[in-house]
Formats: sequence, structure tokens, C-alpha cells
Amino acid sequence: MSISASDVRAWITRYAQDVAEHRTELVKLDTAIGDGDHGTNMDRGMRKAVERLDGLEGDDIGAVLKAVGMALVSSVGGAAGPLYGTLFLQMGTASSGREELDLAGWTDALEAGAKGVQARGKAEPGDKTMIDALLPAVAALREAEKDGAALGDALRRSAAAAEEGMRATVPLEARKGRASYLGPRSAGHQDPGATSTHLLLSAATATFGEPE
Amino acid sequence: MKKLINEPDAVVREALEGIEAAHSDLVRVVYEPAMIVRADAPVQGKVGIISGGGSGHEPMHGGFVGRGMLDAACPGEVFTSPTPDQMLEATKAVDGGAGVLHIVKNYTGDVLNFEMAADLAKGEGIEVEAVVTNDDVAVQDSLYTAGRRGVGITVLAEKICGAAAEEGKSLAEVAEVCRTVNGQGRSMGMALTPCVTPGSGEPSFELADDEMEIGIGIHGEPGRYREKLAPASDVVERLATAVVEDLPYESGDRVLAFVNGMGGTPLIELYIVYRELDRFLQGRGITIERRLIGNYITSLEMAGCSITLLKLDDELTRLWDAPADTPALRVC
Repeated sequence: MSISASDVRAWITRYAQDVAEHRTELVKLDTAIGDGDHGTNMDRGMRKAVERLDGLEGDDIGAVLKAVGMALVSSVGGAAGPLYGTLFLQMGTASSGREELDLAGWTDALEAGAKGVQARGKAEPGDKTMIDALLPAVAALREAEKDGAALGDALRRSAAAAEEGMRATVPLEARKGRASYLGPRSAGHQDPGATSTHLLLSAATATFGEPE
Repeated sequence: MKKLINEPDAVVREALEGIEAAHSDLVRVVYEPAMIVRADAPVQGKVGIISGGGSGHEPMHGGFVGRGMLDAACPGEVFTSPTPDQMLEATKAVDGGAGVLHIVKNYTGDVLNFEMAADLAKGEGIEVEAVVTNDDVAVQDSLYTAGRRGVGITVLAEKICGAAAEEGKSLAEVAEVCRTVNGQGRSMGMALTPCVTPGSGEPSFELADDEMEIGIGIHGEPGRYREKLAPASDVVERLATAVVEDLPYESGDRVLAFVNGMGGTPLIELYIVYRELDRFLQGRGITIERRLIGNYITSLEMAGCSITLLKLDDELTRLWDAPADTPALRVC
């Protein structure tokens, strides 16, 4: 079982649908501790990403991911634009020229993306950001790889780890981004960036995962 | 919430079309990617200055494009930072060969997008310097936050740096002026009401009729303290004390006092705020040498104000007094 370029396209389309569906929820989470634009911005960006992929030919996974990254960088704005843009651009660089990704290839790509996000946003685990969902997902993939798990199982474990990381942001006090201005008042709310990252990884499971 | 708009998704574009229709003598408007550019840009041999940020703070920044202030402004969606392709195109449009200064308010989104844009512009051989403004004393500056927000001082920095660039100062010199202004400026704001973005249609926070929010930002984000509404004199004392004690501003200092409305507070109230500020500063032996009163860096229809002080010296005073001709600020 492996991931092809058309699987990656299907994942992006699925994620765009999920973001559109959860737009109001993301706006609400962001209104509580930020400025309330996360759902709207991600929805706008993912629509652009899907549009851009419609006009892109070819089976190069790297090219697909880079196109998504560029679409997000030039349409999302806010902090999410450069951060999600960098995630996809770095994933694209790591999978450049590849027409298929196995578990190790997918894990390498996601890890490169996570490193890019950390370098751009300078967030550490526990800062109440998307990193808190992303890093556990990468770690779960590495662990699954070590266990010799099948791709579908590994993806399920990474989505579960992202979900756990997302929920763990609730009691945290934000130390990055606009939520950090609230100090202790940011505690008690789930981080919107971690939430949209969990959606991204559960969309991957739903798209690439083998049937249960 | 009632809004005087046509279509929530078209707010930024239609406002840009209004600016283009009204001020084509001073600026030209580009839509893809969105930017407001000084009509005669690029000015050869002059340092270009651009800024940008989310929309909803009008007249900042687009209203400050013109001779003696900004060469270009990049508007994002409402309360959303613009994107790097906008800043890159604006940088190219205003580069007259002397390099370009990016004035960036310290918000994570603005900083990240401007950083990406500066990387891209440098890649195209344009000299870029960025100065991040962070004058909001309501935010504790520590390793554990995104740092202080850039607010009122940004308006003053755009005016003063614009004058410095107009005089032919180098990119390094204009950037140094910008850092000086930011370093000698402090601000704090408060709100009587939240604001409503056209996209969400919902108030940015809930505030009872008899409450006020102290230490707000300019994006409808809640402040640090919620308190019972107090008279203007108490509110000003609270804001001004925090501002004065932070730098600190001391007896004998000369300052520019900037009383800014958040968008929904009438001038008659802003002048009461100025009255209180004038008395407060006199009591501390601080002289207001220049002043600016009005709605310059707003948060949609939020009611409230911010107070910014800038410690002046002869050079900054001279640059403040230099001519400027922009849609929102004119110094003859």
C-alpha cells in the first residue's frame, strides 16, 4: 500500500471539504483566544489550493504539494498562511520527483514539513499551537514505522496522536501568536491551529488509510 | 450588527475602489495583488517605505500613502495580514534604487508574511530592511508571549520615517529613525464596545453595558482587564500611568501626544481624553510639544481610545513638522 499523486490530490480535496464544514467551529475557537479569522482564512486558502490543483497536470507528488503551499502562502494571510504554506512547501521539497510514497516516505515528508513550520514560527511543544498536534503525529508515524505497522494503521495512529495533542492544548497558556496576549485567559480553550492540523491528519487517514 | 456594505466578501475590494476613485491624484490602486501605491512611485534615489496589515484599521495604512509618508501599503482581508506576494510586488513598485524599508506591526501573521516577502525581495536583488513596531504596554514583553503588539506608534513612525526618506536619508538611516521612534514610543488602549468583522457578523467579545476593557489590541481581541466603566479622567489616568511609567517618561521630557479613536468614539470624547491627558502630563512635568487627535489606527466600529506618547528631540520634531500629503494626514 502506498500513496500516489492522485491520492494526495484526493487528500487536499477532502481537507478543503473538512475545513469548509468546520469553518464555523474554527472561527469560534479563534474568536475565543485570537481574532476569529482562522476558519475563514483556511477555507479561502484551501479553495484556492483545490483550484490550483485543477490546473496542474502530472504525477509528481512534490509538485502537487508545492502548488498547495504556494496557493496557501498567497491567499491565506495571517499566521496560518506562512505556517501552512511552509508545511506544504517543505513536504513538497521532501517528496520532489516522487510518484509514490510508502510509510517511510510519507513520514519523512511530514517531518520535513513540521520542521519547516517550527523554523518559521519558532514554536516549541506546549506553546499551544499547531505544533502540538503536528509533532505527536510525526512521532506516532515513526513509532508505527518501527513496529512494522501497515500504512493504514500508522495513519490511524498519527491522527489519534494529533487528536490527543489537540485536546491537550485546552488547559495550556498560549505562548505564541495572538492568543499569547491573553496570558492566563487563553487557558481553557482548544487551540484553533492544532484543531485545523488534526483535521488535516484525519483527512489523510480517511483518504490514504486502508479500509478497517 | 448593521453595516453599511454591499457584500461581506467584497468589503476590502470595494473600499479600495472608493479610495481609487477619491484619491487618484495622490495614489494608484492595484488589485492583483492588492496594494495602494504612491502616484509617482518609484521615486528615483529615495528610500521606499511600505507597510501593510489587515484591513479594518483605516485610515492606516492606505490613508498614509503619499508624499512624505508611505510609498505603498498592502491591505489584507479584515484583521488578516496581507500575503508575501503583495509585499513583494509593493517592494518592487516603490524601489527607486535606494532600497526599501518595511514597517511591520508586531503581530505573528504580519511578521511571518513580511519575513517571507523580504526573503523573496532580497532574492530579486532589492535591499530591504524591516523594523517591527511593538509599543503596546498592555502586553507583557517576555519570552512567553509573541511580544508587544505594534499599535499607535506605527502611525507616527510612518510620518517621521517618510519625512526622513524624503530628505534623502539612506536606508540604514531611515531604519535607524524608525527604531528610535519605536524605542521612544509607548501606547495603551481601551474599549467601551467590541467590534464586529463583516465576515463573522459576531462581536469580537462580550462586554456588558456598564463594563470596559482595558489593554485591548486593534483586532477586537479582548484586553487584559475587564472593569466597571469609569469616568474619562480615571480611564486616562490608568492608561497614561501605564504608558509613562513604562519608558519611563520623566519630568522635563518633551513629547508628542497622540490620542487615537478606535473608530466608534466621537471627537468630542477624544478631546475630553486629550484634556485629561494634558492635565496628567502637566502634573508630571512632561511637556506636550506636538499632538495628534483623531481616528488614525482603528478597530472597525469599536468604541474606545488609545494613548501614545513619543519622546521628542529636535530632529524628530523637525521630521514630524515636515510636509506630508496623503489622503488621511496632511502637513503643509
